[in-house]
Amino acid sequence: MSSRIDLRFAETKAAGRAALVTFVTAGDPNLEDSLALIEALPGAGADLIEIGMPFTDPMADGPAIQASSLRALQAGQNMIKTLDMVRRFRENDSDTPIVLMGYYNPIYIYGNERFLENAKAAGVDGLIIVDLPPEEDSELCLPALRAGLNFIRLATPTTDAHRLEKVLTNTSGFVYYVSITGITGTAKPDPSAVSDRVSLIKAKTDLPVAVGFGVKTPDQARAIAAGGADGVVVGSAIVNLMLDHMDARGNAQKTMVPAIAGFVRSLADALTEKT
Amino acid sequence: MTKSKLNTFRGGPDEAGRFGIFGGRFVAETLIPLILSLEEAYEAAKVDPEFEAELNHLQTHYTGRPSPLYFAERLTEHFGGSKIYFKRDELNHTGSHKINNCLGQILLAMRMGKTRIIAETGAGQHGVAVATVAARFGLPCVVYMGETDIERQKPNVFRMRLLGAEIVPVASGTGTLKDAMNEALRDWVAHVEDTFYIIGTVAGPHPYPAMVRDFQSVIGVETREQMMAAEGRLPDTLVACIGGGSNAMGLFHPFLDEKGIEIIGVEAGGKGVETGEHAASLTGGNPGVLHGNRTYLLQNDDGQITDAHSISAGLDYPGIGPEHAWLHNSGRVSYVSATDAEALDAFQLCTRLEGIIPALEPSHALAHVGKIAPEHDADHLIVMNMCGRGDKDVFAVAAHLGTDIEG
Ligand SMILES: Cc1ncc(COP(=O)(O)O)c(C=O)c1O
Repeated sequence: MSSRIDLRFAETKAAGRAALVTFVTAGDPNLEDSLALIEALPGAGADLIEIGMPFTDPMADGPAIQASSLRALQAGQNMIKTLDMVRRFRENDSDTPIVLMGYYNPIYIYGNERFLENAKAAGVDGLIIVDLPPEEDSELCLPALRAGLNFIRLATPTTDAHRLEKVLTNTSGFVYYVSITGITGTAKPDPSAVSDRVSLIKAKTDLPVAVGFGVKTPDQARAIAAGGADGVVVGSAIVNLMLDHMDARGNAQKTMVPAIAGFVRSLADALTEKT
Repeated sequence: MTKSKLNTFRGGPDEAGRFGIFGGRFVAETLIPLILSLEEAYEAAKVDPEFEAELNHLQTHYTGRPSPLYFAERLTEHFGGSKIYFKRDELNHTGSHKINNCLGQILLAMRMGKTRIIAETGAGQHGVAVATVAARFGLPCVVYMGETDIERQKPNVFRMRLLGAEIVPVASGTGTLKDAMNEALRDWVAHVEDTFYIIGTVAGPHPYPAMVRDFQSVIGVETREQMMAAEGRLPDTLVACIGGGSNAMGLFHPFLDEKGIEIIGVEAGGKGVETGEHAASLTGGNPGVLHGNRTYLLQNDDGQITDAHSISAGLDYPGIGPEHAWLHNSGRVSYVSATDAEALDAFQLCTRLEGIIPALEPSHALAHVGKIAPEHDADHLIVMNMCGRGDKDVFAVAAHLGTDIEG
């Protein structure tokens, strides 16, 4: 059975372009502003939406997403609210794939079975759990696949050919290639090195490959896509731009949604123009 | 492991790095190839006589091992009852047990061809030990330390700088040990090629908990021999303080299968476990996943990690090594707690009666010794791990005592 994620990548492939995957943290800066922002993303050109499940100790994230996570938690975000946000988003959008991204502990404490059931019911399509490598597949990956959710795995510059097989084994939806050895939003990816790795991965799987972790500008997005990526993920740059549109108390100003929508549009346009 | 070797408590971890349900390798994919190659290198080193010889030589001539097993006569008299011995790892070079592990890991780092060392530190004892071995072997060293801890452990910060380490203050979270560990892991992810991460306790992803335990087990192995020499038999009770649990595991592990020996780990009770302001992960937490392993954590009902509180920076960590979590569930080791106030009392008592200024960390263990010693007769032998000396704590203690006087 094809998932929403499979369908969306098939569409962008048919249109001859890479998919734009945008990341925001659930509940940043607060629940209602966050939902309004997420609802504006598809219209601005986002093909898939990654929603961060905030965690106090985001080990793989740089300062921008760390701060974003803490803002959300301080505003009272929790797993119940995150799943409810997805449910509300789904009331008006039944096509845009939603991928929840985060760390294992909040899921483990929520209860794995209950989480998978509620996430599926809310309209979640896939999971990216940073601290669940293939070595820990029996924890959540295999149950998630059984529950009908895609489990999207990270491949990194340290993943060699032998390791790649293991990484791909239970991966579904797409493969997320981490373009830098580092945390989110820090180093700048080298498009030609990324392109080599993307080809290597594509030689081993039919799954689409999306590239992220350091992509910040339309030009970078275009270069990564030109190197063969099926999708480009932009996160920290969006989160940083949100900061410019918050008042002193950390609430969204009226300009936030239009500003983010404009930025997302510029990214989408960069992926649509043929160079 | 628990299934195949039911008759031993010393068989863990299994191939997946698990002690029962605890432990594991919960890290980002970028780090997996690193921890797998570390595991391979460690397994090879473990059975290499050359590695052992080199480590033994350093332990003898650099650290000053074996550390004495000392009969604390005046405290024994003071408490009345059990005979109290200290395993004096505070006499080690650098002032705590942390050097035992650091020497092992830096030798391994060099075998693996790594050229840069990183570490996290709380009290600064581990940071000092890492900076020391990095200086000794000429490797650059970066130590992550929470801002709160930098403030309360100034002497150690200066020592690390003198030793040539770069100290990176960590402002995120509460600016304590957990945040320093997050930051060290982020550094590691960004410098996988050349960097070796020397974790300071029996936590983190497999193989760290087992490897650090093995390097610290020299404490228990020596204690065994020394107690046989002193008393002609094994001790009745072992007591050690627990931050992440490395000094405790080092003392306990060689004795785990001695059925008759009572083993007690003492967590930091902060202002009292009932107040919520403490660092007692086993007594006041529940199982979760953080820093690469499943273990008991201080957390809220949304799985968010909550802040630990302790007068002692070295115990101020919301988790505990996974093997302790397993020993707790299996009932082999009892875990109790001692409060800030009890530790401060024990600190002063030990200083005045034994002429030994203990670190605030083992002062927690001593506080518990004071509770149980009177329950037994003079033929009951207690060994407490005096795992660190208190020089680093004198300013913090002065401040606390000063506040008490004014209050
Ligand atoms: C003297 C001393 N004891 C104990 C600890 C706690 O660590 P562990 O529980 O791993 O021994 C520390 C940590 O900094 C320490 O400096």
